[in-house]
Amino acid sequence: MATVTKHRPSPSVSGTPGGTRRRNKAMAYNWLGGGLSWVWLFVVMLPIYWIVITSFKTQSNYFITNPLVPASDLTFENYKTVIESDIVRYFFNSVIVTLGATVPAVLVSFMAAYAIVRGSGSRILKGMNWVFLMGLAIPLQAVIIPVYLIIIRLKMYDTLAAIILPSIAFAIPLSVLVLSNFIRDVPKELFESMRMDGATEWGTLWRLAFPLTRPALVTVAIYNGLGIWNGFLLPLVLTQSPDQRTVPLALASLSGQFGVNVPAIAASVTLTTLPIVILYAIGRRQLLSGLTAGFSK
Amino acid sequence: MTTIAPPVVRTKEPSRSTGGRSGPVLWMALPAFVWFVFFGIIPLLGVLALSFTTWNGIGEIVPSGLDSWKATLSDPGLPHALWVTFLIMALSWAVQTPMSILIGVFLATSKRYREFLAVLFFIPLLLSSAAIAITYKALLDPSFGLGSGLGIDLLNQDWLGNSTLAMATLIFIVSWQFIPFHSLIYQGAVRQIPTSMYEASQIDGAGRVRQFISITLPQLKYTIITSSTLMVVGSLTFFDLIYVLTAGGPGDATRALALAMYQQGFQANLMGPASAIAVILVLVGLVLSLVLRRLGGRADDSQLEGA
Repeated sequence: MATVTKHRPSPSVSGTPGGTRRRNKAMAYNWLGGGLSWVWLFVVMLPIYWIVITSFKTQSNYFITNPLVPASDLTFENYKTVIESDIVRYFFNSVIVTLGATVPAVLVSFMAAYAIVRGSGSRILKGMNWVFLMGLAIPLQAVIIPVYLIIIRLKMYDTLAAIILPSIAFAIPLSVLVLSNFIRDVPKELFESMRMDGATEWGTLWRLAFPLTRPALVTVAIYNGLGIWNGFLLPLVLTQSPDQRTVPLALASLSGQFGVNVPAIAASVTLTTLPIVILYAIGRRQLLSGLTAGFSK
Repeated sequence: MTTIAPPVVRTKEPSRSTGGRSGPVLWMALPAFVWFVFFGIIPLLGVLALSFTTWNGIGEIVPSGLDSWKATLSDPGLPHALWVTFLIMALSWAVQTPMSILIGVFLATSKRYREFLAVLFFIPLLLSSAAIAITYKALLDPSFGLGSGLGIDLLNQDWLGNSTLAMATLIFIVSWQFIPFHSLIYQGAVRQIPTSMYEASQIDGAGRVRQFISITLPQLKYTIITSSTLMVVGSLTFFDLIYVLTAGGPGDATRALALAMYQQGFQANLMGPASAIAVILVLVGLVLSLVLRRLGGRADDSQLEGA
């Protein structure tokens, strides 16, 4: 987050006689953008505020109190209800799926990106890179039926592995693209001097490229991790027993189960989102750059 | 986030070969390649093959020629699903693009807003579509939601029970979910516009609106194309949100292509026709991203560099 301010003229301009007038004009507050941004901030926050305060209301209180005023006597009863609904188990399922898919996806993508950059003379690697680029255009929804068929044939239906394997595959194309753009920025001389020192490609990969690409690796891991954590279609199609549910799927089924118990629904949404919000608070910059991975390097 | 697969994104031309020693590095690309072929490319060919079969999802897969295609193409549900998909795409684009640009420009210039309030502003990016759909479903409930709780009749509509309102609500929620993301992209792009361009135009006496129209917008051209492609192609794959929010309803008012495919395949157990819909989904996505890339007109350059 560099602090370049755009519409401000340089000091030399404001020093000229007519400069002050021009600067005032240029510095005039951006009412349209500013107003819109504040209004939209309010729009963004309203449902979040509502879901958080509702989660601390008792069910009977919910119907009689003003929905936008927090309850005077906070209750944790709803959170107890949610925890008793096995949410901890779903949470760990999501952790397993997210880590189990993100880590291998980033590692194999990193290796592929390194190979594509270092072996750019090879037709085979060019062809592979082309396949990854085409892969960006394949939506998961469109291939979910054959993926389901493959998972059945592998006898993996209704396991967490069924969610993990395709998640890895669909994280690969964008990861390879972003990582290869970063590895390409590593000065050639560094590779050359590693080679002079007798390092193997494998050694260069880990001792040179890995440390230099670490920010990009973190970014790519966050982007993929968040997408997999929030994934809904793969768990929906590839699992069926409640034991194998991940958080988003569990949320959908809990909201049906709780029915009109809105405070319990609110608590389930709040509780499962909290860990991500805490991670966001810790590493906001990395997370935001992770979210736009590849779109604004 | 698997929904945002941007086909316009292309790499820079590979830099000059460093000797072309591909031998020792070739195998390093193999794990990723094999994995992706197995779960990405083979299923893509598989979905085409399955569209010429009859399969209930459990039993045997029986080749049946063009039966599935005939059934799919003669089903009045298909043009309706295409129309719904188009409507969601066009409306969500038309709402999100101007708002994201205006907010992005403001974010880029207002350090104060960015530093303090952006923390809250980007929270929708963290939430799963399922959580968002559940929140809005509760919030908008005509009996238990915000409207009835506040006793304001205007707010107390059957937001998800009326066809027109349900579509409008869906567009609103999509905007709620994605405007922060696109504002973020625009913010990054605006901050890469050289300050000197604004200084020069100031000396010429250009005002803020004039600067926006003659400098900011043209400079954002490639970002607009990137962002629009993400919106348009992404909207083809809205599934989680609609599935949890309305399940396509009321009636089939919000039954977009991806949901129609899911219902045909995994609820009606007609995998053949569902595969045919999936093939249509792929084709529509390809055509749209090619058209958008043509609009960009900079076929050989990286769209990323404009972002």
